[in-house]
Amino acid sequence: MSDLQEFVQERLPIIGESVVQTFQMVSVSLLFSVLIGLPMGVLLILTRPGNAWENRFVYQLLNVVINVIRSIPFIILLFFILPFTKLVVGTTIGVKGAIVPLIVHSAPSIARLMESALLEVDSGVVEAYKSMGIRTRDIIWHVLLREARPSIVLGLTIAVISLVGATAMAGLVGAGGLGDLAYRFGHLRYEVDVMYVTVFILILLVQGLQTIGNRMAAKYKKD
Amino acid sequence: MEKGEIFGVIGYSGAGKSTLIRCVNLLETPTSGTVEINGTDVTRLPEHELLAIRRKIGMIFQGFHLLKTATVYDNIAIPLRLMDVGQQEIDKRVGKYLSIVGLEDKHDAYPSQLSGGQKQRVAIARALAQEPELLLSDEATSALDPETTESILELLLTINQELGITILLITHEMNVIQKICDRVAVMEKGEVIEQGRTVDIFTNARHSTTKRFVNGTYHRELPPSLLRELRETGPVVRLSFVGESTGKPVLAAVSRKFDVSPNILAGGIIQLKQEKIGSLVVHLQGEGEETKKAIAFLEEQGVNVEEMERGHV
Repeated sequence: MSDLQEFVQERLPIIGESVVQTFQMVSVSLLFSVLIGLPMGVLLILTRPGNAWENRFVYQLLNVVINVIRSIPFIILLFFILPFTKLVVGTTIGVKGAIVPLIVHSAPSIARLMESALLEVDSGVVEAYKSMGIRTRDIIWHVLLREARPSIVLGLTIAVISLVGATAMAGLVGAGGLGDLAYRFGHLRYEVDVMYVTVFILILLVQGLQTIGNRMAAKYKKD
Repeated sequence: MEKGEIFGVIGYSGAGKSTLIRCVNLLETPTSGTVEINGTDVTRLPEHELLAIRRKIGMIFQGFHLLKTATVYDNIAIPLRLMDVGQQEIDKRVGKYLSIVGLEDKHDAYPSQLSGGQKQRVAIARALAQEPELLLSDEATSALDPETTESILELLLTINQELGITILLITHEMNVIQKICDRVAVMEKGEVIEQGRTVDIFTNARHSTTKRFVNGTYHRELPPSLLRELRETGPVVRLSFVGESTGKPVLAAVSRKFDVSPNILAGGIIQLKQEKIGSLVVHLQGEGEETKKAIAFLEEQGVNVEEMERGHV
């Protein structure tokens, strides 16, 4: 009993702090990744040959950019873009320094996930709305994004969970977080109980996120 | 096309009819030529005028193309909202057109809960709710079973007659043309090969593709061996009766006046939108001279005569 009390007293604050850091990193980088990735996904669809804003150049350029960034493992990306990080947020360390590479890593993945979600939308419905004289921007919002909602939610669930994973590496720039805690205390300091607790929290977190994602997708899906 | 009519375009798949109908509201841009609606060439319109023209043209599709994630009400209301129609007017129109298509009780259903025929009715209500002058139908009944097809065709007829909406439809099914079209064009390889009033096409088809479509509706073929055998003793002819000639006992007159004994092999009556067409396949047994006179007599009486040479004409 006293062991447990001791553990809780000594380690709870730092575990709590790590949870907060993980949430900060995931939520802020998710927000910006969606703000960048979703329009990119929409643009990928619209500039595709045969679609409303058909543009080979933009389409190919987007494809290349996304593929290049997605080829770089996060742990390398983290250091590779240090100057860029410095330029954007003024620092390369801490939560702030980790968020920029997290966004750069996550936005292109989200663009791809959104692209595949939007590709599932029946092109006939888009055509029907076109035939009714509806403006393209309204079709994007009220047909494409609306009909793709279940797949968009599931795609975002995948993106969040992989962000949680990526934050573990953000510890390398001193951003902290659960993954970093497990690594430093559990691996470097042989405090396996800290590792167990953090891994357990991570499992709960991922389970919870997936469940929420599945429920939301089911709610939007009507067929 | 004329205002107020139902014009049908028929052709086998790949004949170019889908492209034709999609050129009307410029879902596809013609590579040459113009599309005129009420006297204006729509191929040269700026974007906002094109949108305005499209809002006056409703369109329904083989695949219905409804929003899966929206209720029947929203499926009709959302496009109206995007056309800046006021909420009160939207409610009024949704109610009105859902009752015209007979789905008043389905406001809150999702498309997945509806049958194919019901989905097409919702799509029709959606098209009508924009209060178009012209309705385009792109194989709207091709995915439906015969009974449902029948009821949708009846609905289209009602819309045409009661709301005065002009309808342009394309199909590969002759019975669609037969039941509701005033005029018809037959397409093959991107060209219109024959067009005219439905009744003329049914009785006087000239092109072989048209004849194939027309004969398909009679469900009548003679076995080639039988036809060969019969033709040794006299010609086999197809007689079509329209209007006045339907009432005359012409075959009885033929057997009285000439040395010919007509033998009826098959027959039927087809109901077109406006008129009935009677059709008989008859073997005119007799000598060459006599049968020729008999055929001339039949033609004099206003009967359309066509000699059958192969298994089916």
